[in-house]
Amino acid sequence: MKYNIPIGPQHPALKEPISIRLTVEGEVIQDADLRLGYNHRGVEKLAEEKSWIQNIYLTERICGICSHSHATCFVQGAEKLLEIVPPRRGVYLRYLVSELERIHSHLLWLGVAGHEAGFDTFFMYTWRDREVVMDLLEMISGNRVHYAINTLGGVRRDIDEAMKKKILEGLAVLKTRSEYYFKIGAMEPTFIGRLAGVGRLTKQQAMDYCAVGPMARASGVDRDVRKNDPHDFYNEVEFDVATADTCDVLGRTVVRIKELFESYKICEQILRKLPDGPIAVKAPRKAKPNEVVSRYEAPRGENIHYIISNGSEKPERLKVRAPTLANYPATVEILKHGFIADIPLIFAAIDPCICCAERAVDLIDARSGEQRTLRFSELRRMANERARLSPVQRNVEWPF
Amino acid sequence: MAVLKTILYLLVYPGILFLFVYSTFVEWFDRKAYARLQNRMGPTHTGKSGILQPVADIVKLMAKEDIVPDAADKKLFSALPIFGLAIVLTAGLLLPVWHIDLAVTSPISFPGDVIVLLYLLSLPTLVLFLAGWSSTNAFSIIGGTRVLTMLFGYEVPLFLSVLSPAVLAGSWRLAEIAAFYRAHPLFILVNILGFGVALVAVQAKLERTPFDIPHAETEIVGGTFTEYSGKKLAFFRLMSDVELVVAAGLLATVFLGGFGGGFVFAFVQFILKTLFIVFLLAALRATTGRMRVDQVVSLAWKWLAPLAVLQLLIVILIKGFVL
Repeated sequence: MKYNIPIGPQHPALKEPISIRLTVEGEVIQDADLRLGYNHRGVEKLAEEKSWIQNIYLTERICGICSHSHATCFVQGAEKLLEIVPPRRGVYLRYLVSELERIHSHLLWLGVAGHEAGFDTFFMYTWRDREVVMDLLEMISGNRVHYAINTLGGVRRDIDEAMKKKILEGLAVLKTRSEYYFKIGAMEPTFIGRLAGVGRLTKQQAMDYCAVGPMARASGVDRDVRKNDPHDFYNEVEFDVATADTCDVLGRTVVRIKELFESYKICEQILRKLPDGPIAVKAPRKAKPNEVVSRYEAPRGENIHYIISNGSEKPERLKVRAPTLANYPATVEILKHGFIADIPLIFAAIDPCICCAERAVDLIDARSGEQRTLRFSELRRMANERARLSPVQRNVEWPF
Repeated sequence: MAVLKTILYLLVYPGILFLFVYSTFVEWFDRKAYARLQNRMGPTHTGKSGILQPVADIVKLMAKEDIVPDAADKKLFSALPIFGLAIVLTAGLLLPVWHIDLAVTSPISFPGDVIVLLYLLSLPTLVLFLAGWSSTNAFSIIGGTRVLTMLFGYEVPLFLSVLSPAVLAGSWRLAEIAAFYRAHPLFILVNILGFGVALVAVQAKLERTPFDIPHAETEIVGGTFTEYSGKKLAFFRLMSDVELVVAAGLLATVFLGGFGGGFVFAFVQFILKTLFIVFLLAALRATTGRMRVDQVVSLAWKWLAPLAVLQLLIVILIKGFVL
């Protein structure tokens, strides 16, 4: 028997609105259809009306988990346009926060994967340990989520010896905990049974569908902006690109846990090599007309910001390509012929950040297929009209 | 006097009132144990250490709006929760918690009551399937079919493993089986393998992790319960709680020597032994992730069923050579 089941826009497995329409036969998925556009926020338009410095804090709010990734990606580009070079200590601190953010994001993902696989104990444990890195980030930047450590030409806050010591202590704790998770990830049979062989994406497919981040690396595609197109900083530290060749959700889990260890390694090197000097240089207010593409390896994959300046104190255009968007085509493909039970895992394995990836909305008439552009006031009028005409809801009765 | 005793038996102990109080307590114990194993607090606010939380949950659900979907089979949809609760309460009566005189057979203790109890425990599964099916919701229907698919997996191992101690004791009567193992405590060790199989099968019957597939929230929202709300959902929750108590009681009776030695002592034994089993089930729940439905069926037929048959073989050999 064939029938359609809707996953989303509201569904317990999704923390953000997206709609996946699935045609299933028994427990097997025959077809998948992904619909976006439930969470459009108009960030790009807003960016054109804000100054360079204000835009750092705007881009930070594109994502609640990889907030530093978007801010850093923007700042990297903006600094090129403004023709300034941040001092080395500033750069080191900026990427220290980057790596700590990667640790927090991957620990968060591990918990989510555990929850999606019904392994809530794993979820509780990883999120408890994630507090360690959250506290470190709060100590460094003053904030737990939107760190706002970046500024044009460097960072806002410096760290001292006592902080360094605390960070190293925190990293030591996390390292032992991560080893434990690696063991669970490799040993707990029900967990492995759910992850191994699920959502297969071959190396060729990963390249064809332009998968990014851990999704591509788990299929054996050795692709990491930190190595392929690195900022100068990443040439000064030693680390490996974590890859796996199992091409499934288990591989994506393993890649993320391996990346945790690489991040610990990078953080320790940063703290050891941290140069002295100023943390920021003064930035000019206006940028000459120019354009730049800035790439950054966010925890979820390659993040791209394309910025055009027009000589004023505001950008002419900011285009954001979040890593989640790049992973959608591959996801639709691997959902097909899977089990219903695997949907949350396959979808969670790209670490979706849905509102980060929402860049545009098309209004298409469901019947005629006609595409229209509407003003917000018009949309509001239509919604009110529809609410007025809809039948009265049944009155709720108090049971006693 | 006999009538009064029967009414007390049905309504107070070990009937409705006792089962309600004790099953909510067991739910609290299960939640607390599960939470502590996960490094959480569990319920804390209602009553001392949150002990009244399950009662509060049920009271709250009772006061909530009760929605019946327009497309559902309304009579079946509404009758199923009450039917399910009645079945498990009836099953609860058959547990030999009252100090039962072995010489007398009565409506609550008779040769063959172990079979009746097992069948009464199978019925809630069918109730859940019908509940999912009559809701006419896509998620409920998937949940309902998963309930049945799992039933084909765990039911045979459960029956085999619960019946092998009965074979060893040479009786189909719960009270006599328990009395046999109290008289020969060493024979309890013979059934350890069957006890393990029965624990896993009971976990599957109760639809708890790793077998919470029919209502896996990240996959199919509420599964069988998606359309249920208010009083009906409260009845279903109570049904699961009582089912947990009855299943734990059944395992304690056939594998751990039951509850003998007078009213008070039997009562204390009942509490301790069921809580021990519930703790084992909570630990199993905390240390595993959810399986897929095809994995459950293959686990049941590749491992549980052969192990249960092996247990039966051991029992038969021991019965032939030792007893």
